[in-house]
Amino acid sequence: MQISMTVNGDEITRESEPRVLLVHFIRDELRLTGTHWGCDTSNCGTCVVLMDGVPVKSCTVLAAMADGHAITTVEGLATGTTLDPVQQGFMEEHGLQCGFCTPGMMLTARALLDRNPHPDDTEIREAISGQICRCTGYATIVRSVKWAAEHPAVEENAEEEVTA
Amino acid sequence: MTITETHAPNPAAGDADRPIGYGRIQRKEDPRFVRGKGHYVDDIVLPGMLHGAILRSPVAHARLVSIDTTRALAHPGVVAVITGKDLLGLKLAWAPTLSADVQAVLVTDKVRFQGQEVAFVIAEDRYAARDALELIDVDYDVLTPVVDARHALDPGAPVIRDEIEGRTDNHIFDWEAGNAAETDAVFASADVIVKQEIVYPRSHPAPMETCGAVADFEPIEGALTLYETSQAPHAHRTLFAIVSGIPEHKIRIVSPDIGGGFGNKVGIYPGYILAVVGSIVTGRPVKWVEDRSENLMSTSFARDYIMQGEIAATKDGKILAVRTNVLADHGAFNATAQPTKYPAGFFHIFTGSYDLQAAHCKVTGVYTNKAPGGVAYACSFRVTEAVLLVERMVDMLAQKLEMDPAELRLKNLIKPEQFPYKNKTGWEYDSGNYERAMRLSMEIAGYDDLRREQKEKRARGELMGIGISFFTETVGAGPRKHMDIVGLGMADGAELRIHPTGKAVVRISVQSQGQGHETTFAQIVAEEIGIPPEDIDVVHGDTDQTPFGLGTYGSRSTPVSGAAVALVARKVREKAKFIAAAMLETRPEDLEWEKGRWFVKGDPSVGKTMAEIAMGAHGTVALPEGIDGNLDAEVTYDPPNLTFPFGAYICVVDVDPGTGHVKVRRFIAVDDCGTRINPMIIEGQVHGGLTDGVGMALMQFIGFDEAGNNLGGSFMDYLIPTSMEVPNWETGFTVTPSPHHPIGAKGVGESATVGSPPAILNAVVDALSPLGVTHMDIPCTPARVWAAMQGRATPPI
Repeated sequence: MQISMTVNGDEITRESEPRVLLVHFIRDELRLTGTHWGCDTSNCGTCVVLMDGVPVKSCTVLAAMADGHAITTVEGLATGTTLDPVQQGFMEEHGLQCGFCTPGMMLTARALLDRNPHPDDTEIREAISGQICRCTGYATIVRSVKWAAEHPAVEENAEEEVTA
Repeated sequence: MTITETHAPNPAAGDADRPIGYGRIQRKEDPRFVRGKGHYVDDIVLPGMLHGAILRSPVAHARLVSIDTTRALAHPGVVAVITGKDLLGLKLAWAPTLSADVQAVLVTDKVRFQGQEVAFVIAEDRYAARDALELIDVDYDVLTPVVDARHALDPGAPVIRDEIEGRTDNHIFDWEAGNAAETDAVFASADVIVKQEIVYPRSHPAPMETCGAVADFEPIEGALTLYETSQAPHAHRTLFAIVSGIPEHKIRIVSPDIGGGFGNKVGIYPGYILAVVGSIVTGRPVKWVEDRSENLMSTSFARDYIMQGEIAATKDGKILAVRTNVLADHGAFNATAQPTKYPAGFFHIFTGSYDLQAAHCKVTGVYTNKAPGGVAYACSFRVTEAVLLVERMVDMLAQKLEMDPAELRLKNLIKPEQFPYKNKTGWEYDSGNYERAMRLSMEIAGYDDLRREQKEKRARGELMGIGISFFTETVGAGPRKHMDIVGLGMADGAELRIHPTGKAVVRISVQSQGQGHETTFAQIVAEEIGIPPEDIDVVHGDTDQTPFGLGTYGSRSTPVSGAAVALVARKVREKAKFIAAAMLETRPEDLEWEKGRWFVKGDPSVGKTMAEIAMGAHGTVALPEGIDGNLDAEVTYDPPNLTFPFGAYICVVDVDPGTGHVKVRRFIAVDDCGTRINPMIIEGQVHGGLTDGVGMALMQFIGFDEAGNNLGGSFMDYLIPTSMEVPNWETGFTVTPSPHHPIGAKGVGESATVGSPPAILNAVVDALSPLGVTHMDIPCTPARVWAAMQGRATPPI
């Protein structure tokens, strides 16, 4: 079947089997390998991408279900050479070690900050609670997200001023 | 309480905030990871690449009657199906393990654990390969399994390894350390003896990235390139050469970015071998990546020790001796990865951090119908089990003597002046100041206040617990004269080249799985020769690009490879002195070193920086005799002893009296890993290990039913801590450098995994002690805690 979606701002159309999972579509068809696969049961969240701005586990979404939607993967977080504050925060606060869960964690963090620019520790922990990190023990991820909240990108500042 | 540390900046750097050498710097590897540009095995796509999938046994113990692959072969996209019979023809049906046993690559005669490899399908894409697994018809004649290690040695127990001629039981080894007679004598005259069976259940490291490989065999050259999830690429290359017959110089192992290892990626699994066989058979590259259930059910498990512990003391709390008998469940094949002389790993450091008169342990290893493995989860070769045993026994002794567990420990810890300390089972602890770490941990915790709070809460019927663990690790294996894995000495190499413009590349034999080697090892070089870390490239994970060495596990990277890197840098620095002397037309002995440059004694303005010396070395400077025209060096480091990091941990838990649910409210970890290279990375290592500790103490558990079915085969059942189960860690540190290590560093990768489970368990038992509970086994799941509260035996799950 033919599947069309917007991925990181680009319109794409591909032929695909109806049963293909979104995670495999992204990795194998689009060769965007920053999205990872980690379990068979939708528990680990290393496959998280944003669908219309909302975090979804792409191992539990068929590519066909994403037809007509906008997908953001880790490759779409930075703007050119400018990193998203979340990406910068993870580097500043050692929010990653092996890097495998990191793309999913950062996308969830971005979605959280988009709806709640100043989350507290509990809100951050709740936001990432569907995702597993085996390396960091989560505290530095919480710090990374807070760093991003405290260092919003310039455009975000402008938007905040408008909405305020 | 926050502890910060600073390092004197290098005046030559021109930036006081940026240390050249040790100190907190951002990781050099992070920019690619945060952009999603990490490069893991499953990201590799080669032209013409096929995909493999493994059919696994649904039963734990069964004769293989027949396999019919006809329907699978006819499935669209399927290129080949390989069975055990095919491998017999290639003499690859069995492969040697890391413990002088063999393991079936594919079943030929009998299935020995649930999830064992039965057949390998190779297809054009991963979906077709998986589809075809369903089309293989296998007929099993199911046998009674041996599930409980306690019954493995029963007369009449089914013999699991009946393919070994003459074998009539499931016994693997008996191993002892310490002195039984001396220990018995001390026990015979002791005022107080406490005994307890302590079970460290089967667990699994479960890295986020499962194991996988891409094999690419090139038939004209007879050359194999194998991309695989490996913590030990060089050792794997040698073993692949021995097993496959492909000459070692024709094998290249590449271990790219690794999505967590924790010991899971030390062994050589059938899947890796099958990918290689598949590539040879089809003439095309073959990728195999296991799924999560395959990872949890078939690759290296950890722990599975049933320990009969005993501790002897005087009535006023002087600990005299410990002894234990251990039953070790090794699964269906003895595949533990540990130094050859030590079948129970370094378990014999179970004497812990205490000054004892005697100690003795005996460990018996047995086969069961479970997955093979055994040393595979950040355990420092079984130090996890040792620390759980001794720290639980010390707590039980405190409870019996009605002494505060902190006070009892302080009374018995080895004193600073006793180092180097020879314990009663053959270790020589290199250095330590245990009391200082214990007191710092108590200070950060506010220990006395916590005890007061607990007293008030107990009066109200609330279940608050405070648990302590003081651990001593033994890591950095190890001296070649004592330690090898399948005959390969446990040394590591390093090569350093300074390019003409003063930029450098250091090549190392260990392999990061997230520990940040690209940063830490650059910092070690930077500290020694003054070239900034950003100008030093760290190359690892490719056997064609790096010197030989045994890899990363048992917290050995910094103790062994870190030493190699420091020494190779010193060699370069020394060579640089001779070249600088030639450039300055002076004698080498007239030069003095400051970080980054050699200068003339008494005239600091006259000197040469490393970059200038590097250009000189590669340029036209007339070099002294015996100095060749480069600024390169290489070393192989053979450690004189292991290193002994230690720490004092305190955990505070609240137990819900209505549900048995345990909440870890606070966790204080004071670690001493000797010289600290990058405090940020050290803290990260500790945090990760503490989280593993919460998992092991409260959640993670691979159980089996009576038929040998694995009950922890997915993340639905094998529960791993999320952000909601762990607190904000509180860390502190002391620094007691290792006297025998070139930079005094001891390693920290597994300290917290080793040290934290007993602190949590001791806290849970402490919380339940008003109800008469003296012990329970981990994991302290709500059901188990509830049972303990009711005075019932611990339920199996």
